[in-house]
Amino acid sequence: MKPETFAAHSAERLLAAIGHTPLVEIPLVAEVNPGARLFAKLEAANPGGSIKDRPVARMLTRARAAGRFANGRRLLDSSSGNAGISYAMLGAALGVPVTLVVPGNASRERLDRIRAHGAELVITDPIEGYDFALREAHRLADEHPERYWYCDQYSNPDNWRAHYEDTAAEILEQVAAAVGQIPDAFVGGVGTGGTLTGVARRLREARTEVHVLAAIPETFPGIEGLKPLGQPGDIVPALLDESLIDERLPVTLDQAVAMCRRLTGLGLFVGPSSGAFVHAALTLARRRKHRTIVTMLNDTGERYVSTGMWEPATQR
Amino acid sequence: MSRVTVRIPTPLRPHTGGADEVGLEGTTVGEVLQRLGAAHDGLLARVLTAEGEPRQFVNIYLGSRNVRGLEGMATRVSDGDVISIVPAVAGGAHKSQRTSARRA
Repeated sequence: MKPETFAAHSAERLLAAIGHTPLVEIPLVAEVNPGARLFAKLEAANPGGSIKDRPVARMLTRARAAGRFANGRRLLDSSSGNAGISYAMLGAALGVPVTLVVPGNASRERLDRIRAHGAELVITDPIEGYDFALREAHRLADEHPERYWYCDQYSNPDNWRAHYEDTAAEILEQVAAAVGQIPDAFVGGVGTGGTLTGVARRLREARTEVHVLAAIPETFPGIEGLKPLGQPGDIVPALLDESLIDERLPVTLDQAVAMCRRLTGLGLFVGPSSGAFVHAALTLARRRKHRTIVTMLNDTGERYVSTGMWEPATQR
Repeated sequence: MSRVTVRIPTPLRPHTGGADEVGLEGTTVGEVLQRLGAAHDGLLARVLTAEGEPRQFVNIYLGSRNVRGLEGMATRVSDGDVISIVPAVAGGAHKSQRTSARRA
């Protein structure tokens, strides 16, 4: 087999490894509602370690098939880390050069892995936050259209479609296999809006009364990957279908981290957005209106070691 | 008493009337931050715990060094020093993102 043929096969196998994640059950729900079941997709099982592999795989492969990277053009996007890892990983596998604009306060684990896959990093001033990185990506795309193809995960419809066609379909199949029902509640959050829009849209088609709850983080220090939305002037990503959201529930970082710690006792090691979702799901379950709740465990807790998140309180 | 500059991250700027920097006096990082909190309602609870230590996922830098690796809140400051308040991981979003995020 020629080396380039072998590489193509290897990339195909990596792409095929994305998705089909396990559906785990979180028994903590019995403490607040013995009649309810809480399920969660374990997205750290993706090769890039997070849910972002799903939309990035679809956006990147479709752009490649459309010839966006002809003449050495690079994929460009902004990311606070997980999407950046997926872009870098799949870009390396598919031979697509990648440039990522990332705030300098993205965790060390993220930055190191992005660099390891050979992606070009443009680091922006952390004090200016993620908005500055986004503006910088726009500026680079505008000024160098011959050099970059701007993927823009905030508006690219292949983002939400990946979750509509795959993530949601897996949820419906796996939950049906577990309890013979369609979920009556979905708990998520909004980063780019892709997961919530794609999953909620498909679940609502399957069951019109499904309750969609969005966990809303405090504005500072915030929860990695989640946008506040609830404050006037906060971002509304272009692809987010806000009409799908029935309820917005505030969750603090402290609540999210406390839930992550509880989940370790179940053998689950996840990041703060996952903790926020489970906290919100238990709050919903406590009302005893929903029997089959589904949420997402977006990434692995190992990606946050350098933040001190897992250190005992006395050492922080 | 030294005169220092505190750099304010974008999500906290509503507390400072939009200012990205605030000039303050103090002898330690902790004293400067307490004065910052006294001058701007609601800001300090976002940054420090009730015990006066940085909250989880909040880092305080003196110049380019995280004060956790120095003497924490007791780290002494000098004239012209710059203190930065930085969340430990990127996240959240602010008004300025709305326009750009809606662009195709």
